[in-house]
Amino acid sequence: MKQPKFGVVVFPGSNCDHDTYHVLSKILDLDVIFLWHKQASLEDCNVIILPGGFSYGDYLRTGAIARFSPIMSEVIKFADKGGYVLGICNGFQILLEAGLLPGVMIRNELLNFVCKDIYLKIENAATIFTKGVNGKNALKIPIAHGEGNYFADETTLTELEDNNQIVFKYCSIGGSITAASNPNGSVNNIAGIINKRGNVLGMMPHPERSSDPVLGKTDGSLIFKSLVNNIFN
Amino acid sequence: MFKAKVLIKRRKTILDPQGKAVEIGAKHLGLRNIKNTRIDKYIEFNVDTNDKKVAEDEVKDYCNKLLANPIMEDYEFTLEELG
Repeated sequence: MKQPKFGVVVFPGSNCDHDTYHVLSKILDLDVIFLWHKQASLEDCNVIILPGGFSYGDYLRTGAIARFSPIMSEVIKFADKGGYVLGICNGFQILLEAGLLPGVMIRNELLNFVCKDIYLKIENAATIFTKGVNGKNALKIPIAHGEGNYFADETTLTELEDNNQIVFKYCSIGGSITAASNPNGSVNNIAGIINKRGNVLGMMPHPERSSDPVLGKTDGSLIFKSLVNNIFN
Repeated sequence: MFKAKVLIKRRKTILDPQGKAVEIGAKHLGLRNIKNTRIDKYIEFNVDTNDKKVAEDEVKDYCNKLLANPIMEDYEFTLEELG
């Protein structure tokens, strides 16, 4: 089976780039390279990952400055042509700032940095990132962020719902969407959304931190595997 | 040369968790009349041109594209000519 080539973008302040690289290369045995944010070529990668971290120190707003790194104009062109882009945590914040996904991220409702395992319900199991994930009520994947409180106005939320763009919601271990399972105050428990075309996904939880069996949890790897198994089909 | 002073305010309809938390501090201080605390951003910089129209356009561009996020924030600014 033909396998995709992954590119992990490295911004100043990215700190999940190596974790992501490790999972893709060592755990999943895939072709992956780092892409420095100042370069203008995506080097024929089929999937671009914007990793977690604190690009540019989170100054001004999370993701606001990274969005203008030279590589981002290539990422935007790539996404516009249907290329697959996955933004994780700070990567999701950059996608919002770049306008590739709708809405904004604000400070967690209770102001604390939340770093713990949470459960995710798949709301749209037809995306390339989720259609290979079967038979799970809830994926156990960690979050680690201070600004993951997703907000969008009513019109945008209706549009997201109508187009089935909400991919992940925070839920209980049994898969129920409850206020108690919402770790940061995100509107409607939203944890991950996709663009209309279905090729750009942003998610706050870190699948790369629950992919290596040595860590005792592997639900995150299901998302990478789904992508790999479906990208050329 | 102009000095630009920009005030960026989060829209009233969007929760300001920082403002809310700081106001809890006010309550703990015993300040009973403090209401609706909002934490906004104030940014200063120089614009190196003598043409006010050029300066205004550049400040607007800076605000619209980078300093403010038009989805959740509004901005206002002043330009003061430096002698």
